[in-house]
Amino acid sequence: MSAQQIEALETMVRARGVRKSYGSTEVLKGIDIDVMSGDVMCIIGPSGSGKSTFLRCINHLETIDGGWLEVNGHLVGYRRKGDKLHEMRPSEVAAQRRDIGMVFQRFNLFPHMTVLQNVCHAPVLVRKESRSSARAHARELLDRVGLADKAERYPSQLSGGQQQRVAIARALAMRPPLMLFDEPTSALDPELVGEVLDVMKGLARDGMTMVVVTHEMGFAREVASSVVFMDDGVVVEAGSPDQVIGAPQHARTRAFLSKVL
Amino acid sequence: MSTMTTTPRTIRSDGAMGDARDLEVVPLRHWGRWVAALLVGVFAAAFAVSLMNNPNLEWATVGDYLTKEFVLKGVAVTLMLTAVAMVIGTLGGVGIAIMRLSGNPVLRWSAWLFVWFFRGTPLLVQIIFWGFLAALYQRIQLGIPFTGWHLVDADTNTLVTPMVAAILALGLNEMAYAAEIVRGGIIAVDTGQDDAARALGLTGAQAMRTITLPQAMRVIVPPMGNETVTMLKSTALVSVIGGHDLLTAVQSVYAQNFKVIPLLVVAAIWYLAMTSVLSLGQYFLERRFGRGYASSSRPGVVSRWLGSRGVEGDAR
Repeated sequence: MSAQQIEALETMVRARGVRKSYGSTEVLKGIDIDVMSGDVMCIIGPSGSGKSTFLRCINHLETIDGGWLEVNGHLVGYRRKGDKLHEMRPSEVAAQRRDIGMVFQRFNLFPHMTVLQNVCHAPVLVRKESRSSARAHARELLDRVGLADKAERYPSQLSGGQQQRVAIARALAMRPPLMLFDEPTSALDPELVGEVLDVMKGLARDGMTMVVVTHEMGFAREVASSVVFMDDGVVVEAGSPDQVIGAPQHARTRAFLSKVL
Repeated sequence: MSTMTTTPRTIRSDGAMGDARDLEVVPLRHWGRWVAALLVGVFAAAFAVSLMNNPNLEWATVGDYLTKEFVLKGVAVTLMLTAVAMVIGTLGGVGIAIMRLSGNPVLRWSAWLFVWFFRGTPLLVQIIFWGFLAALYQRIQLGIPFTGWHLVDADTNTLVTPMVAAILALGLNEMAYAAEIVRGGIIAVDTGQDDAARALGLTGAQAMRTITLPQAMRVIVPPMGNETVTMLKSTALVSVIGGHDLLTAVQSVYAQNFKVIPLLVVAAIWYLAMTSVLSLGQYFLERRFGRGYASSSRPGVVSRWLGSRGVEGDAR
C-alpha cells in the first residue's frame, strides 16, 4: 500500500467544492473539509450559514449540486465513471448510510417503539443481526449512556436529555465508524445539556470520529480536535479550537464569537 | 363553611379569609344538565310508548323475522361485502396513497385521476354501472393488447355476477376515500422520522413500512373506523342490483307479504347491532395504535356528569 493510499484511508470525510442550492439560493458555495479518523470536528456558525445542510450532505440526506464528498474512501451517493458522477440507486445509498451514524436536534426517536426497540430496530432489519444479539448489544449501549433502566419505556416517558442519549445509542447500534451530530443539545433545557455532552465526550475519548454542528463553545474548546467556522455557505476559518475560538483571524468569526461567548 | 356562601368567588389575600385552612372545595353544580335530562327523558319515554303501542309496527312480526334464515343470510352477505370491500379499499388505498406521494409523476397523476373519478361520482351510480357492465362490454378479455392473445376470455354476465359487481363498486369506491385518509396520515408524520430511519440505513420501503405507516395509523384508524361503519350501511345500496345483502333479503320478502315496516325494523335492528360492534372494535384499535403517546385520560361518563370539568356555563 502506498503512503498516499494509507493517508486516504485515514481521512474519514473528504469534501471538495461541495455546492448545494435550494431554488436560486445557494446555501453551500464550495466547501472543502477533511476529517481525519479519530477527529472530533466542530462546525460553528450563525444559523442559516449552511452548517446543518453540509452535515446532511455527508450522509446524503441532502443531494449535492456540485463538487464531491467521500466517506471512508467512498464517494457518497455517486459512482464515478470516467469524468462523470452517476447517481446511485436509493438502495445503494441506504447501504452507504449504514456506516454513518446521525443524531438530530429534535432526537427523532420512533415514538411507537420502546427505547430498546428503537435501538434494536435497524440492526435487526438492516444488518440482519439476530434479535438476541441485537438486544444484548442495545442493553450494553443503553448502559453506556446511563439509561439501562429505561429500556422498556416509550420515548414520550423520557426527558429530552434522556431521549437524546437514546438517540445516540440508537445510532451507535449500527457500529458506525463515523458519527454526525446536528445541534444535539439545541432543543434541550439548559440543565439537560450536560448529560448529553458527557456522553459525547466519552465517545470522543474512545476515539470515535465525530462531526458536530453545535453552539456549545465550551464543548468545542474542550473536546474538538478541529473547529470550522462557516458563514453564508463558505468555510471562513478552520483550525484548532485555540486558533479559531481563541484567536480568530477573520472579522466575521470575531463578530460571531462576540455574540455567543 | 357558611361564611363562604356569603362572599362567593372573592378570595382575597388581604385578610378576608382570616386564618382559615383546609376549606372544602364545592364543585360547580350543573343544574341545567339535570333539567335537560328530565326534558329529554320525558319526550323519549313518550316516543317509546307511542312506538310500542303503534299496531302498524307489528312487534310480534318483527320478533318472528329477526332470526329467520333469509335474514341471517342477508346479514352474513352484508358483513362479507363490508369486510371484502374494506380489505380491498384499505390495501388499495395504501397503494394509491403511496403512489400519490411518489416521486414518479406517472404514478402520482394516475393515482390522482383514480381518486378524482371514484370520489367524484355517486356510489349508487358506480354500483349500477358495474351491475350493467355487460351493456358496455359483452365479453371480458385479459391478455396482451393488440396481439389477440388472451389469458382470460369470458362472458361478462357469468364473470361479473351481482355479488362481484357489488364488491367491485364498493371496493374501488372505498379505495379512493381510503387513499386520501392514508395520505393525510402519512403527511401527518413528522419528516424527522423519515430522516432518522434513512440515516440508520433503512430503504424507503422499510422506512415506510416500519416507521411512517405505523405512526400514520394513529391518525388513520379513527376515520377508517367511520369508513367501515359507513361502508356497512352503504352495502344496502347494492340492493338496486340484487346484491343478496340484508336489505335485498327483506325487500324481496316484503314485496310479497307487504309487511314493509316490520321488515325494515328488522333490518334496522341488525344494522344497528352490527355498527355498534364495529364501534367497539374501533375503540380497541385506537388503543392499540395509540401506544407510546400520552393517553388522553378522559373522565368517565359519570364523573363528566357530576364533576366540575364542564365548560363555562350550563348546558341548557
